[in-house]
Amino acid sequence: MAWVLRGLRDGVVTSRYPRRPDGYGDGYRAALSVVEGADAAAVDGHLGEKAALASLCPTGAIEVGGRLSVDRGRCILCGRCVEARPDLFAFDPAPEVATLTRRALLVPREHDDALELVRSELAQRVRVLRRSIHIRHVDAGSDGSEEWEVAALTNPVYDVQRLGIFFTASPRHADVLLVTGVGTAGMAEPLRRTFEAMPEPKVVLAAGTDATSGGLVYPTYASGAGIGSIVPVDVWVPGSPPSPFSLLHGILVGLGLLSEAGSET
Amino acid sequence: MSPAFVSAHVEPSRLARSVATAVGDGGRFAGLVATAHDDGSTDLRALVATPSELATIETVLEPGVRGYPALTPLVASAGWYEREIHDLFGIEPIGHPRLDPLILPLNADDQRPRPGNREGPTHLEPDAAALSSHLGGEGVFTIPYGPVRSGVFESVEYLVETSGEEIPHLRTRVYHKHRGLDRRFGDFQVADAVLLAERVEGTASVAHATAFCQAIEALGGVDPPRNALLVRLVHAELERVAVHLDSIIRHTEGAGQAVAYARMSLHKEGVLRLRARLCGHRFGRGVVVPGGVAGPLALSPAEATVEVTRIDRAIAEDGHALMATPSFLDRLRGTGILPRQLAFEHGALGPVGRGSGLAADVRIERSYGAYQFLGLEAAAGFAEGDALARQRVRIEEISQALHLVRQALEELRRSGSATWSHNVPPPDGAAWSSVEAPQGELVYLVEAESGRLVRVKPRSASFHNLALFAQAFRGDIFTDFVFIEASFGLSIAGVAG
Ligand code: SF4
Repeated sequence: MAWVLRGLRDGVVTSRYPRRPDGYGDGYRAALSVVEGADAAAVDGHLGEKAALASLCPTGAIEVGGRLSVDRGRCILCGRCVEARPDLFAFDPAPEVATLTRRALLVPREHDDALELVRSELAQRVRVLRRSIHIRHVDAGSDGSEEWEVAALTNPVYDVQRLGIFFTASPRHADVLLVTGVGTAGMAEPLRRTFEAMPEPKVVLAAGTDATSGGLVYPTYASGAGIGSIVPVDVWVPGSPPSPFSLLHGILVGLGLLSEAGSET
Repeated sequence: MSPAFVSAHVEPSRLARSVATAVGDGGRFAGLVATAHDDGSTDLRALVATPSELATIETVLEPGVRGYPALTPLVASAGWYEREIHDLFGIEPIGHPRLDPLILPLNADDQRPRPGNREGPTHLEPDAAALSSHLGGEGVFTIPYGPVRSGVFESVEYLVETSGEEIPHLRTRVYHKHRGLDRRFGDFQVADAVLLAERVEGTASVAHATAFCQAIEALGGVDPPRNALLVRLVHAELERVAVHLDSIIRHTEGAGQAVAYARMSLHKEGVLRLRARLCGHRFGRGVVVPGGVAGPLALSPAEATVEVTRIDRAIAEDGHALMATPSFLDRLRGTGILPRQLAFEHGALGPVGRGSGLAADVRIERSYGAYQFLGLEAAAGFAEGDALARQRVRIEEISQALHLVRQALEELRRSGSATWSHNVPPPDGAAWSSVEAPQGELVYLVEAESGRLVRVKPRSASFHNLALFAQAFRGDIFTDFVFIEASFGLSIAGVAG
């Protein structure tokens, strides 16, 4: 009896995202960006300076070649670069970080002719997935925090059930495979089996920087450079771990309901 | 400020007996760690905790020596440690009763990772054939469960072995998730190794970063500024609250308490958001650095106190209602009993130990950081040893943690200092450090040679406690499973390494 009333406390706590922007989601450090215009300045620098820039990053996410770029797929958001060179690097609070290609995680983004094709193939594939969507989660060697953020999607704040999204225990009823972790040698086979047991059409999400590139953990004798070599990934969601908003955006991108990060450019 | 570390050296043949004697004299066996060296020798260090100190008993296996008399026959809680060392180093504890692979099943001729050694294998494929099959016996059949779980869980495999008549036996396999972290630490400078420590058990990032940094600070003879210790405490205790709430949420989910599940999930989200407002990260990553913390809290102590008080009240009200819900209590009462004697002999850690009447808590016994000047009383114990007792411990600890956070915020408000860290010289030598992580005592061994990290070994409470997990099952394995698992609150990432 008491619980019925307790359930009504605090009124509406559920986020309206994605129909309305959510203030909290926007305040979170979701990704790293290269400051606009910083590109040229850095690339003009000496070789030594370029090497010093690249060596700021513990995961090798900073690349200084013909231009200055950051691979969000490798970035663990440690903030080393922002602290050392706020003129070149900045945190980006927008939670919409998911992309449809691994290459699109490199910022600033370069035009990619292949992207249009990838986008329309995915749209074609998920067309039949309309009503309720079932997600199968597999941990392929996470640090455990990704599971918390995935599980948070069902709490009253994110409440993905309101969008017709559910988690399922059975691969045979799943439309979306959401994978966390670096892709350890020991999880490769169980992950592959889960993927194969899912009916077509299916969408695969690499959830987090670890699942995308192996993050800080790769390389070791037991860990992979992400899950991309084990199952074919459709949506990449960087973050260490990715926040629930970033995960939700990624899922909706995979279903063709939202556009991926940077798609307007 | 670092607690005393007493160490004794013995011959390999005397290691087991020496450890058994120390345990017989009232010590608690707390771990066994190996370090390989480039010359082919291997150090073995056993840890024995007493209420006032952490003692080590060490031995050296000369190059070419592949075995030593096992500890496990004399000290049963060493069983899993010796399995782990066998997996990683290929060293045989002679006389071990059950040397099944634990974190890395390998073929007999495979190269072993041998952490500490500079050279190591680049890829190792786990070999399931190296695992022993079921216990054997007539009519025994095995029901496998995992490693891919039904729900959003970390990967782990449970094998229920049953003959239909006797109490089913549960076996736990964690090797699927093994990431090879022990070797990976050696690739980093100290400042970046902290980031890896944060990812050993991603839900206890602050505890791991703190334990690692304390060891580096002990080697460098540096005490972090008082402000930094207070900030570490704020984050460590909020981390404890989040982890305990997670355990409670899983109980409510298993018991079908939908409203309680929603309410507790809401509070957990509130705690993660508060942590993000304090440091920019929902798991407190980047806060703890060698020598102190990265900077002040991003909220003023007064603003933070208002938030903490609000969260405390909300959790307390719902926690109170939950613990007055008969259908919930009935489900937990008598479920997954870990008898006091067993918990004591094994040295059960954290809420698992405290639910079975043990008092061990690093914050009190070998007080460190800001706990030294805030003062912390041992929480009321619950001795029943069932899932309900463990749940009660967690509810108690949440309110105690939030009280500590408020005390620390008050100290920070009054502090006139703006120093947040001190420089720490490059580490040289070996040091142990321990903290009370949410799941219990977390120990780090750090060994360094003029700044280079030779060996970093985290020993999570989950690793130590997981060996007890199977022993909490009586009769009805399937209906009780979810509650026993939730009440143990184990981090598989922290076990598998
Ligand atoms: S935030 Fe850290 S991981 Fe990301 S690019 Fe900067 S230095 Fe690299």
